[in-house]
Amino acid sequence: MRKFLCLLSTLFLVSAHAQEATPPDVLVKNVTTEVVDIIVKDKEIRSGNRAKLIEVIDAKVLPHFNFASMTSLAMGQNWRSATPEQKKDLTDAFRTLLVRTYASALAAYSEQRFDFRPLRAKPTDTDVTVQVRVIQPGQQPVPIDYAMEKTAAGWKVYDVMVGGVSLVANYRTEFASVVRSSGIDGLIRDLQTKNKSLERRTEKK
Amino acid sequence: MRWLWIFLVSLAGCATTGETDPRDPWEGMNRAVYRFNDGFDDYIARPLATGYRKALHVEIRSRVSNFFSNIQDLMIGVNNVLQGKLQEGVEDWARFVFNTTLGLGGIHDVASDMGIEKHNEDFGQTFGRWGAAPGPYVILPFLGSSTLRDAGGTVVDLYAAPLPHVRPIALRNSLYGLYFLNTRSELLEASSILEQAALDRYIFQRDAYLQRRRSLIYDGSPPREREVNDTPDSSVK
Repeated sequence: MRKFLCLLSTLFLVSAHAQEATPPDVLVKNVTTEVVDIIVKDKEIRSGNRAKLIEVIDAKVLPHFNFASMTSLAMGQNWRSATPEQKKDLTDAFRTLLVRTYASALAAYSEQRFDFRPLRAKPTDTDVTVQVRVIQPGQQPVPIDYAMEKTAAGWKVYDVMVGGVSLVANYRTEFASVVRSSGIDGLIRDLQTKNKSLERRTEKK
Repeated sequence: MRWLWIFLVSLAGCATTGETDPRDPWEGMNRAVYRFNDGFDDYIARPLATGYRKALHVEIRSRVSNFFSNIQDLMIGVNNVLQGKLQEGVEDWARFVFNTTLGLGGIHDVASDMGIEKHNEDFGQTFGRWGAAPGPYVILPFLGSSTLRDAGGTVVDLYAAPLPHVRPIALRNSLYGLYFLNTRSELLEASSILEQAALDRYIFQRDAYLQRRRSLIYDGSPPREREVNDTPDSSVK
């Protein structure tokens, strides 16, 4: 019994240690491979079951994103003038929108290969860019860069750059222009309305 | 001609309302052209591209893509050399040679299988590399997002490409038609994702275009632009 407990605690230690130590590039590689594997094999997802795809993203991908960081960066200056309540609503609505967009991008996946670039960072770095290239024959590879920060709960993505286009930077101008014309509450409303209309559209399918 | 001027001036009048982005001083006019392009796309280009995709098997469509892509490698090579990237330029021409011969006129991309990677270059990027600023953002009729610099580049691209010099005219026009149809059909997913992601498609597309071009000019690693408040705030979970 004692031996068993000892073994058990060692296992816990090992797994806790492993989780803490998962380097950002390994994390990206594992998650990408796992998710692509699921969507390739799952017949329902392949035939267009968006709800199920979103479930997979919720379970496998979302834990590795820091949406509060993403939202604060996309809000720029306006983030400081938002109340805690507004920050929460913004983050939730932005997360929903990003997940839906991400799901559409994944649904378009077909047989591309991934080239995981070696991480160029010092072990002490707390902010790194993990580079992946999507290879499709006959076309220039599309780089996907994940900007990641080290948090107490492991490495988290706070921006994604596809083909040199940063998602966060792209939303910054849009958000700023909505906030200028209808305030932060207006932006929350716009995001929620957008999400509702997308939801209706996927239900119809 | 006078009517055209009146039209343009009235469009320019729209630009003076509200706050404008310094990169997009002609927003009023651009939005008008954007609406025109949107209408053209809704009623003509997208339905045709969708039909094209249904009519032709993916294998055939990818041969078509390869064929046009192969022709473009010639000028991509010229642009790489003009930007001082000799090795890349030679790679582009090697691609053209292998694909035209072994790849049967370019319909098979054997060069990619051999590990010679395709590049993305055009005269707009070359001008950018030479130090030309992008200038104001413009939306071109039918062609979409551009800047003053890139529009100039597009004009040179069009003249320098072999396609406009193909004769008889009927063949040239058919090739153009096929090219635009095929290109639009490849963008069907991307455009529907754009529609989903954006609150205001015009702004979203503009910013994506400007970021993308900047990244392309620096071949994927542009110098970092520091923004105010660029550190993530993780106070809310």
